[in-house]
Amino acid sequence: MSIHQLSIFIENRSGTLIKVLDVLKEANIQIIASTIADTAEYGIYRLICSEPMRACEELMKAGVAVAPSEVFAIEIDDQPGRAAEAVKTFSEAGISIAYMYSFLLHGKGILIFRTDNTELARKIIVDSGLRVLCDEDLSKIN
Amino acid sequence: MSNYFNPEFETLSRAEIEALQLERLQTTIRQCLKNEFYRKKFDELGITPDDIKTLADVRKLPFTTKQDLRDTYPFGMSCVPLRDCVRLHSSSGTTGNPTVILHTQKDLDEWANQVARNLWMVGLRPDDVFQNSSGYGMFTGGLGFQYGAERLGMLTVPAAAGNSLRQIKFIKDFGTTCIHAVPSYVTRLYEVMKEEGVDPRRDTKLKVLAIGAEPHSEEQRQRIEQMMGVKAYNSFGMSEMCGPGVGFECPEQNGLHFWEDYYIVEIVDPETLEPVPDGEIGELVLTTLCREAMPLLRYRTRDLTRVLGRTCACGRNHIRLDRMRGRSDDMMVLRGVNIFPIQIEKILMQFSELASNYLITLTTDEENDNMTVEVELAQPTDDYKQLQTLEKEIRRRLKDEILLTPIVKLVAKGTLPVSEGKAVRVVDRRKVYQ
Repeated sequence: MSIHQLSIFIENRSGTLIKVLDVLKEANIQIIASTIADTAEYGIYRLICSEPMRACEELMKAGVAVAPSEVFAIEIDDQPGRAAEAVKTFSEAGISIAYMYSFLLHGKGILIFRTDNTELARKIIVDSGLRVLCDEDLSKIN
Repeated sequence: MSNYFNPEFETLSRAEIEALQLERLQTTIRQCLKNEFYRKKFDELGITPDDIKTLADVRKLPFTTKQDLRDTYPFGMSCVPLRDCVRLHSSSGTTGNPTVILHTQKDLDEWANQVARNLWMVGLRPDDVFQNSSGYGMFTGGLGFQYGAERLGMLTVPAAAGNSLRQIKFIKDFGTTCIHAVPSYVTRLYEVMKEEGVDPRRDTKLKVLAIGAEPHSEEQRQRIEQMMGVKAYNSFGMSEMCGPGVGFECPEQNGLHFWEDYYIVEIVDPETLEPVPDGEIGELVLTTLCREAMPLLRYRTRDLTRVLGRTCACGRNHIRLDRMRGRSDDMMVLRGVNIFPIQIEKILMQFSELASNYLITLTTDEENDNMTVEVELAQPTDDYKQLQTLEKEIRRRLKDEILLTPIVKLVAKGTLPVSEGKAVRVVDRRKVYQ
């Protein structure tokens, strides 16, 4: 009930990002969402893609330092207020969100987030009946 | 007043210098043989003091290395009873045992005389005011210049290192005419002066700068001279010889005079240890001629330089050496601090988050020398906070070790160049080595 996000350490130097993107292109892997924050010397390139575990293998083979990590991908209706409701479920349980980003997939809003308490978050998702994506949902988009 | 502090020694002819050197070398050898370390070395080479009949015979003598000083730590190379010693200076010993240099009162007097001779040579007289911005304590640039400036008879301001605002206040209030500093600190002082609206030409009585203890280029010296509006003279010293005083530029600014009544100067090929011709770069090897507590024979300084000449328009016929051109080992000198790559490696390897590949780059940024340490992460991570904490902790631990705060850059595994065989760990892009 979680998906694999790939985290890639990227130095602020031209050519480092394109190397990653080229590997994915060659492997015919589709990027669904990605985010990178600007810091002075480096960034962590976070990536949701089709077939994350195969993508991970291909990147490692190409010598890219990549780590898969499990994050929750919550599906919500593309309407005002739905994100607030979803996040509230967690904040009421005292869970902090380490980072979050969102995108649209097949007309649904997807919230990707990582919390400081994965086990409790998992329990809350089950109890509250929130719909979450798994890796298979990502491979189906092609 | 004379142009010379020790006219009887400074103006000797070449022949007179060499005669004096031979006589003092023979005395020094007898002194050395009071110690087991050199007795053993002489036995191994099968030589006796009688084999040293000419100055060229110095090549028959054994070399002494920093490792020898470490191996005999703390007092194993003393040639006098410890009760005859009045001071020691010790290196930090971060790359192994520390080293200790012992001094008798006579050793300290001779050291002060060399420093006084240098300061006199560049025009300083008893009515001058000398401010020393070196750290005091084990670092010989502090006490070395202090006693030398006092010997000359100047009013001394032992300001010690740091606190630029206070340094500038002293310069103005006490009428400082000479300041001794590492070149990068002169630049720093100038920047702070500018911020404070102080014009060194208008608002100070400065007339001479003594700069040393870190490598610097001719261009850097000229920049410093233009900034401060005064002449800057290059000083060479090393704690193994005593400290500052060993070599110094005269007003001709054409190389450093090394005092040959105090030292025998050799330049050798660091690989073959054979002498190189004048003008060719090699490793500086020094033999002390006036030391009681710890005379050293053919000490390998690891500094690279070359002979520029043996006479000079200033009237001193003491050998002139070029500014130091680098090292024959991997020691780096940054802002007056001696650093070996192994010290940095030792710290980096304490972090399980880091891989073993790293690269140290030295650069000149504006006027300041900086060190950047790039190191590969062992594992990729999804956690910014962890990276920032890691970076901060590396910086802190490195600072504890090398006394400077380097720029730390975390890089992904596999991004640093891996060289065949011995890895290149240090890239020196400073302007020093033109």
